[in-house]
Amino acid sequence: MYGLGILNGFLVTMKNFIKKPVTIQYPEERNPQHPRFRGEEFVWYEDRCTACASCAKYCPLGIIKIVTHPSGGKLPEGDAYAIDVFDIDIGRCMFCGLCVEACPYDALFMGSGFEESKYKRADLVIHADRLRAAEKHPSTWFRPQLEGRGYDPQSDAPVPWKEAGRESWPHHLPQRPGEPGADGADAPSSPAGH
Amino acid sequence: MPSPLEGNALFRGIYCWLAANKGNALQCPPDGPAFKDGWLPLGWEWLAYTIAALAIVMLVVNAFMVLATIYTYVERRLLGRFQSRLGPNRAGPFGLLQPIADAIKLLAKEDLVPAGADRWVFNLAPVVMVVPVILVLAVLPFGRHSFVADVNIGILYVVAVTSISTLAMFMAGFSSGNRYAMFGGMRAVAQLISYEIPVVLSIVGVLLLAGSLSLVSIVEAQRIPYILLQPLGFFVFMAGSSAEMNRSPFDLVEAESEIVSGYHTEYSGMKFGVFQLAEFGAVLTTSGIMATLFLKGWEGPVLPSHLWFLIKVFLFAFLFIWVRATLPRLRLDQVMAFAWKFLLPLSLINIFITAIEVLALDTTKLANLWLMAGINMAVAVLGIAAFSRFVRLGGKPRDITIEIPMASEAR
Repeated sequence: MYGLGILNGFLVTMKNFIKKPVTIQYPEERNPQHPRFRGEEFVWYEDRCTACASCAKYCPLGIIKIVTHPSGGKLPEGDAYAIDVFDIDIGRCMFCGLCVEACPYDALFMGSGFEESKYKRADLVIHADRLRAAEKHPSTWFRPQLEGRGYDPQSDAPVPWKEAGRESWPHHLPQRPGEPGADGADAPSSPAGH
Repeated sequence: MPSPLEGNALFRGIYCWLAANKGNALQCPPDGPAFKDGWLPLGWEWLAYTIAALAIVMLVVNAFMVLATIYTYVERRLLGRFQSRLGPNRAGPFGLLQPIADAIKLLAKEDLVPAGADRWVFNLAPVVMVVPVILVLAVLPFGRHSFVADVNIGILYVVAVTSISTLAMFMAGFSSGNRYAMFGGMRAVAQLISYEIPVVLSIVGVLLLAGSLSLVSIVEAQRIPYILLQPLGFFVFMAGSSAEMNRSPFDLVEAESEIVSGYHTEYSGMKFGVFQLAEFGAVLTTSGIMATLFLKGWEGPVLPSHLWFLIKVFLFAFLFIWVRATLPRLRLDQVMAFAWKFLLPLSLINIFITAIEVLALDTTKLANLWLMAGINMAVAVLGIAAFSRFVRLGGKPRDITIEIPMASEAR
């Protein structure tokens, strides 16, 4: 009998009618997001960065632009060069994450945000100033030290630069006078190599 | 002053408030609730009559328009829920202002007339489309003693008036100067004329039972709802009228996936809005007719009669939305086969059985009515089962073998 199939279809739609809709009201509600999500915003720690430009070299698209000048700082402490320009053109970025893999000092992380729509292509370029000022919610992608702690970029507090690395690095500690921890109070007792 | 408006309570109220004088104490008795010395002098009753009639028309038409816009919101929300989503909920609380936003959008749009269009017919078509829908309201009883007119051939009038919309669709399709609109118009004519027949025949069973064509008398004649006595008639009427309103699964007059949007492809702005209003309004009036014919109309316990009528109308509207959310669109040959091979024989069987029962049984006894209900239920189930077994709607897919000489030689 053909009619029974139709009645079955009516039951299916009625089940949908009774159950809770699957819609998520996006700006107010959000889907839970995986901590390894590779977002459109990058997280960059200037204090960890030595301006080696590995990220720019490894970028398959060549969309990271770094301009530096000698700062007069000490080479072994990673402060010989100061950053003038650090631009990431996410309008052309494919979020492969090779820049993050290449960074030897864990200074560059994938971000966790994704609301990066802009009216002009030129606005899609992330400049150093924005990277400096941004709240650091790094993705745990390719960063086992964050994942090991169970860090969730969506809900947890921002990660300060000292806690972001995969191992403690004493050279950074006395560098910036005036920073909390600059007096070396919480310096690790034994320097760890890398 | 013999008039079909006589029985209307609101009409009498306004009329007597304006024109109650010693002269027409017959129409407005001094002990009546509205009696006082009227505003108009003797001999001016015609003006009171006109004003009262216009007031009622204004009230009914405007209430209907508001209801139709509310219905668009209800339909979109319910359709969303049937598809496991939310539907419009951003404009105002729960999206309640969505109909207003839609109306503003449509009014602000440019009103285009295609260069190749037949301007007069093109502009006239939306009007011809919406007027029959409103005209149906003239005979529909909305509640106890409240209807615009108690016409003694009410249901015949409804059938006659609603079939005008076929003409409107063909006018729109023909005058647009657009192939898709033309296809839509042709499909509309083919489909709507086919479905007119089973729909009219399915009403005949109700008329045999009620013994009257007036919708007011049909409501009063229903001792048990006719949906129990006429399940087959109800099924045929529901299926046929959803085809007449171009609702899915019979919406191939405006099949988006095939012919853009059918007969109103070239319409924009408020003309398009009028088409939409006519379509959504048709759902409400058809639900109203179904409630009147099959579900005792405004009658019901405890609640006021108007509220009962609204509840029943929206019950059937819900049924239409459920059907729309569930069934996919049919092919044109399937639609035609459904009308001629399935609905038409079923409605003829329904008339035959009902006529025999009306002749054989004494329908004034309640026990006989329940007996009829039992028999008709069984006939409905058997009839639908038998016809769905033996009637093929559309052909089977055929096996086509194409010989490609080159390929067979190579093997």
